[in-house]
Amino acid sequence: MKLAAPALVILGLLVACGSAQAVEPDEILPDAAMEQRARSISSGLRCLVCQNQSIDDSNAPLARDLRVLVRERLKAGDSDAQVMQFVEDRYGEFVLLRPPLSWRTILLWAAPPFALLLAVWMSARAWRRRQTRAAGSGAKPENLTPEEEARLQQILSNDEGGSTASRS
Amino acid sequence: MTIELGHFALVLALLMAIFQMVVPAYGARIRDPRLMAVAEPAALCQFGLLLVSFLALTIAYVTSDFSVANVANNSHSTKPLLYRISGVWGNHEGSMVLWVLILALFGAAVAAFGRNLPATLKANVLAVQASIAVAFILFIVLTSNPFLRVDPPPADGNGLNPILQDPALAFHPPFLYAGYVGFSIAYSFAVAALIDGRIDAAWARWVRPWTLAAWMCLTIGIAMGSWWAYYELGWGGWWFWDPVENASFMPWLAGTALLHSALVMEKRDALKVWTVLLAILTFSLSLMGTFLVRSGILTSVHAFAVDPKRGVFVLAIMTLFTGGALALFALRARDLRQGGIFAPISREGSLVLNNILLTTACATVFVGTLYPLLLESLTGDKISVGPPYFDWTFGPLMVPLLLALPFGPFLAWKRGDAYAAAQRLAFAAFAAVVVMALGWAFIHRGPVLAPFGLALGVFVMLGSVSDLAWRARFGSVPLGEAWRRLRGLPRSAIGTTLAHFGVGMMVVGVVATSAYREEKILVMKPGEQVSIHGYDITFRGVAPSTGPNYREETGVFDVARGSVPVTRLEPGRRIYDMPPEPTTEAGINAGWRGDLYVVLGDAQAQGGYAVRVYFNPLVRFIWLGAVVMFIAGGVSLSDRRLRVGAPGRAKRIAAAPAE
Repeated sequence: MKLAAPALVILGLLVACGSAQAVEPDEILPDAAMEQRARSISSGLRCLVCQNQSIDDSNAPLARDLRVLVRERLKAGDSDAQVMQFVEDRYGEFVLLRPPLSWRTILLWAAPPFALLLAVWMSARAWRRRQTRAAGSGAKPENLTPEEEARLQQILSNDEGGSTASRS
Repeated sequence: MTIELGHFALVLALLMAIFQMVVPAYGARIRDPRLMAVAEPAALCQFGLLLVSFLALTIAYVTSDFSVANVANNSHSTKPLLYRISGVWGNHEGSMVLWVLILALFGAAVAAFGRNLPATLKANVLAVQASIAVAFILFIVLTSNPFLRVDPPPADGNGLNPILQDPALAFHPPFLYAGYVGFSIAYSFAVAALIDGRIDAAWARWVRPWTLAAWMCLTIGIAMGSWWAYYELGWGGWWFWDPVENASFMPWLAGTALLHSALVMEKRDALKVWTVLLAILTFSLSLMGTFLVRSGILTSVHAFAVDPKRGVFVLAIMTLFTGGALALFALRARDLRQGGIFAPISREGSLVLNNILLTTACATVFVGTLYPLLLESLTGDKISVGPPYFDWTFGPLMVPLLLALPFGPFLAWKRGDAYAAAQRLAFAAFAAVVVMALGWAFIHRGPVLAPFGLALGVFVMLGSVSDLAWRARFGSVPLGEAWRRLRGLPRSAIGTTLAHFGVGMMVVGVVATSAYREEKILVMKPGEQVSIHGYDITFRGVAPSTGPNYREETGVFDVARGSVPVTRLEPGRRIYDMPPEPTTEAGINAGWRGDLYVVLGDAQAQGGYAVRVYFNPLVRFIWLGAVVMFIAGGVSLSDRRLRVGAPGRAKRIAAAPAE
C-alpha cells in the first residue's frame, strides 16, 4: 500500500514480463468464436513468472507459449474444461486464478458466506438484546402518542432539516 | 549540511513524540490540566520538526545531492523537477518520512482545531496519536534512515523507475497516505474513549469529520492509482485485485462502513460498541497494508523492502497497535452502554445492513488476499487467488448493497416505511427497468447479466437524486420554490446524495467497460485503416522523438468518423535513459460515450507494427464517480453542523421554521 498500489503491480510486470502487451496479432485464431473462448480461458490462467497476472494480460514468453498452447488444444477440439484440465495437469493448481474447491481451499471459499452469516447473526442478536432490554425498562418507543410523535418530528426536522421532516 | 539538519530534526521529533505520548496521558490519568495541556504545543512542535526533516530531504532531491545514499539510489540529475520532488516518496525510506509527516499533520490539526474537545479526551487522543508516531519514527531511524551519507558520492544517481515518472502518480501516494494515516485519528479517538471508559454521541460528531476527510483522500488516492494504471499499463485495465491494491481497498471498505455507523451513533446514540471496534479495525487494516507492502511478504518486486528486519519491525508495530487496542476493547467494551432501539425497517436498520455487507466484503478481500500467503507458509502449497475469485465472492455482496442503497435515505430513524420509500423510488426503479429492457433488446453481446448491472447503477444514481428531489418537493411545488428548498437543505444531505450518485456512476462505468469493451488486435502498415465502434483509424507511420530523459517511438494515427476528422492519436513506446526501461504510452481519445484507446506494439518481422485498438465504453464514469464522491465528502464537510465550534449558525438553523 505504501507506494502507489498499481505502481508496484506494474513494476512487477515490467521487471518480470516486460511492458504489458498481451495477445499478439499472429496468435489470433481465424475462428472468432473459438478465439473468444481462448480469451476467456486465458484470463483464468496465471502467468507463472509474473506477479498476479493472467496470461491474457502478460507478454512474458511463457505466457505467450501458454496462450498458443490453449489455442492449439481448442483447435484440436477440446472443450473449455478439457483445456483447463490439460494446463492444470502440466503446471499444477497454481496456474488457476480461480482456485478449485478442495480441502485446501475450503476455508477460502467458505469464508465469505460464513462472514455474512456471522454478521447477520451478530446483528440480530444485538438487536434482540436491545429490544428485550428496552421492554424490560418499560420503554415503548414504537407506540408514541400523537403529541409525542409531533414533538419528535419537530425535533428531528430541526436537527436534520430533511428526510424525516419531508415525511410530514 | 541541510541533510544533517533534517536528520537531527527527525530525532528531535522522536523525542517530542515520546514526550507527547507520556506526559498528557499521565496528566489525563491524574486529572492535571497543566500536564494535559502540553499535548497541544507538543503536537504542533512535532509536526514542525517533521516538516523540517521532510523539507531537508526534499532539498537534497531537488538539488540532486548524491552524497546522500537515498538520493543517489533513487534520483537522477536529468529528471524533471516534478519527478525529483515526487522521487522523495517514490522509495521506501522517503515514503515512510512522508507517512509520519502526514501522521503528525493530522495530530497537529486535532491540536489546532479541537479547541472544544473535553480536555481529557483531547490529551488521550494526542497521546495515542504520538505513540503511533514514536513507533514509526523509530522504524525510520533504526531500519530505514534516508539521511545517511555515502562516501565517495557517485557522479550521478540510479534514477527513479520510469513508470513512476507520471503526474498522476506523483500525487497518488500523498493522497493515499493521507487516507490511511487519517484513519489513525479515528483509532486514537476510539482508544482514548476506551481508556476514558466514556463515549457518547458527541464523540461520534468529533470523529466523523476526520474519518470523512481521510475517506475522501483514500477515495481519490485509489482512483488516481487506478486511472494511472489505465493509461500507463497499455491495455486499459483499471483494477487487478492485486494484494497491494487490496491493501488499500480494505481500509476503504472498513472506513466507508465506519462513516455510516458513526452516523447512527451520532444521531441515535446506538451502535457504539460496533463503531469503536470499526474505528480500531479500519486503522489496523491500514497498518496491515503497511506490513504487507513493507515486509516483503508479497513476493519479490512488490516489496521495495526485502530486508526481513524491516518486516519484523512493522509486524511488531502492527501486532502492538491492533492487539493492544483490541485487548483494551475486550476489557472495556462492556462499560459502553448501548443506546436507542429501532425497528429493522428504519434508517438505523438500513445502515446496519450497509455495515453487514461492507464488512463482509472487507472480510472477503481480506481472506482472498491473505489465504494464499497463509497456506503457503503453513503447508508450502501454492495457490492463486485471482480476479475470478473476487468476481464470484465480492460481486454478489455488492448486489444487495446497491439495491438497498437508495432506500436508506428515504427511511425515517427508529421506524421507517418501506412501502412509502418504494413509492418514492418508483421513478428510479422504472428508469432502471427501462435500461435493463433496452439492454436486453438491443445489445446482443457481452454477459447476459450486464444489463442488470447497468440498471443497478442507474437505479442508484436516480434513486439518490430522488431523495433530494423529494425533500425539495420537485413536482409538487412550483419550480422556484423547490429550488429554494433545495438550496436550504443541509449540506450533509446534499453530500450524501452526491456520494451515492458517485457510487452509481462507478457501477455504470465498471459494468459497461467490463461487459462491452471492443478490441482489435492486428498488424498495421502505414496507410492502412481499421474501424472500431464507428471510428475509422488510419495509421500514418512511426516517428522517433526525444524527451528530457527518454527516447520515444511515436505512432501517428488519424481518427475520423465517416468523413469527419476527430483527432490525431500519438501512442508511443519510450525507453528511459536511467534506468533504461521501456514504458508504453497509450493514445487515448476520451469522450462521454467511451474512450478510444490505441497502443503501439512491436515492429513485425514482415513489416508493419502490432497495433491494439480498444473502445472502452463509459470508462470515464469509474473515475468521475470517484471524483464526485470526493466532492461529496467536501460538501458534507462544509456542513456547519459538522464543523465543531459553530454554535451560532446551528442555532439559526434550529430557529428556521420547520416546514
